[in-house]
Amino acid sequence: MPEDDKPEVKPAQAAPPAASKPPVAKAPAVMAVSPWEGELPSSLNQRFGDQVPEFSTYLGQSFLVAKPEAVIPILKVLRFEADFDYLVDITAVDYPQRPERFDLVYILYSFARNQRIRVKTQIADGYKPATATAVHLAANWLEREVFDMFGIEFDGHPDMRRILLPEDWEGYPLRKDKSILACDNKWIEEHLGIEGGQ
Amino acid sequence: MPDQTFLDSTELVLNMGPQHPSTHGVLRVVLKLDGEKVLGADCVIGYLHRGVEKIGENRTYQQFAPYVDRMDYCAAVSNGLGYCLAVEKLLNAEAPPRAQAVRVVLTELNRIASHLIWLGTHALDIGAITPLFYVMREREEILNIFEKYCGARLTTHAFRIGGLQYETYDGLEEDVKAACDHVLPKIDEYERLLTGNRIWIGRLTNVGVLNAADCKQYGVTGPMLRAAGVKWDLRKAQPYSGYQQYEFEIPTGTNGDTYDRYLVRMEEMRQSVRIIRQAVEKIPGGPIMAKIPKVIKPPVGEAYVSIEAPKGELGYFIVSDGSIQPYRLRVRPPSFVNLQALDQMTRGALVADVVAIIGTLDIVLGEVDR
Repeated sequence: MPEDDKPEVKPAQAAPPAASKPPVAKAPAVMAVSPWEGELPSSLNQRFGDQVPEFSTYLGQSFLVAKPEAVIPILKVLRFEADFDYLVDITAVDYPQRPERFDLVYILYSFARNQRIRVKTQIADGYKPATATAVHLAANWLEREVFDMFGIEFDGHPDMRRILLPEDWEGYPLRKDKSILACDNKWIEEHLGIEGGQ
Repeated sequence: MPDQTFLDSTELVLNMGPQHPSTHGVLRVVLKLDGEKVLGADCVIGYLHRGVEKIGENRTYQQFAPYVDRMDYCAAVSNGLGYCLAVEKLLNAEAPPRAQAVRVVLTELNRIASHLIWLGTHALDIGAITPLFYVMREREEILNIFEKYCGARLTTHAFRIGGLQYETYDGLEEDVKAACDHVLPKIDEYERLLTGNRIWIGRLTNVGVLNAADCKQYGVTGPMLRAAGVKWDLRKAQPYSGYQQYEFEIPTGTNGDTYDRYLVRMEEMRQSVRIIRQAVEKIPGGPIMAKIPKVIKPPVGEAYVSIEAPKGELGYFIVSDGSIQPYRLRVRPPSFVNLQALDQMTRGALVADVVAIIGTLDIVLGEVDR
């Protein structure tokens, strides 16, 4: 009997890979980037060296990954020397399993070059990145929204309060460990007089 | 005037909104006043916060598409276009030419509808009641086309990722042309009511001035940036959905005041009519959907795609982890970013001007709060 079992198990194990197509479904788990080459990245590389470990392009969109403390100097150089005078957006992405938990993303645009780039950095939970308000006034509300949603506090921000949620709300909803149904039940009971939000 | 005087005791804090007819929704502005002069304005927003970005992370790519219509509900078609383009970018797909042309027609119709609502409410705020009823009449023509095309008038969900859900109905071309023929002379009619009107000019000229440098500093885009003299429109700068085929001008202003923004938006409606007429003339044949999988699973990566919405640059930043749901979906709303300039624009203005300035910002609170 045990000898009969063995040949039976083998085809059964071999069958699933043949039926489905794991090599196709398992797309690369990292972004398939190509290097970003040109005048701007090479001059930034010369200037900041290992502070900016990555210059990449994905789907024709260029971005650089910088050390957290180098972000503001880079934004300054980009704004005053390379015409990236329009801060489109600041946002964050949460990767709870990573030691540097958050990706902080600055999207910049240059009217003169008609070019859009992203400046990204990775920061740990509790790290206070410097504010960009001194470089771009637009950063004020955008950073407040990042603080509101992710709990990333910006160092030196003139008005670091919540913006969309009530000021005494507990919790940061866009963190991945917050369920979509999670809310501050205490606040809701207190202010709205109803039992919980959901 | 100096910030601090011995008259500081006369400083008054005035709460405007959230239930106020001229804040265009639930916007609360805390005004600091010295007599009639505004010393500063602090916006309190978030009354309509629904967590659109969190919802996006918990829905599949297709499921999330109707939600974007609820952000800027005056320009739902534009929101949908931006979202579809962003996901198509991640998929490295492009809508077929027929779908692109129909998208342009509907998006530009929506731009006119959005500007009409702005004109009506803005004029109402200033005290000109008549235009509101007129613009509703013209907007009706446009909404009827939406209704005939997709069954909805406001939250249209007109597009699908990869193209269009519906083939155009018989007679869409005629309806669109008729709507254009109807709207264009009406724009002149509004201008006859307002442009040379002494009260209108008096209330708008040199009110809420935001020059080009300030616009760029605050990230202000759209008609507000163009009124400050910057000839920048994403439809020209980084064309999408086939806008490069159409001839149109970018109207600009010189002073960046409320009156210039009024003129720019009026001219934009005319240019939209121009685009629609070109696009509807030559809607190509062919399929309306690109070949994209039924289950949308973009490869791991991220993309930022933005379009010229009626209010300014509307962007979507989507991070994909290769699953059926976006890992992170960020909306860059033009209204939210433009509203930030309110403080600067109202400083030194009179209380009555605040109403004009909120009107000229053309915000939709559904988009500010998301």
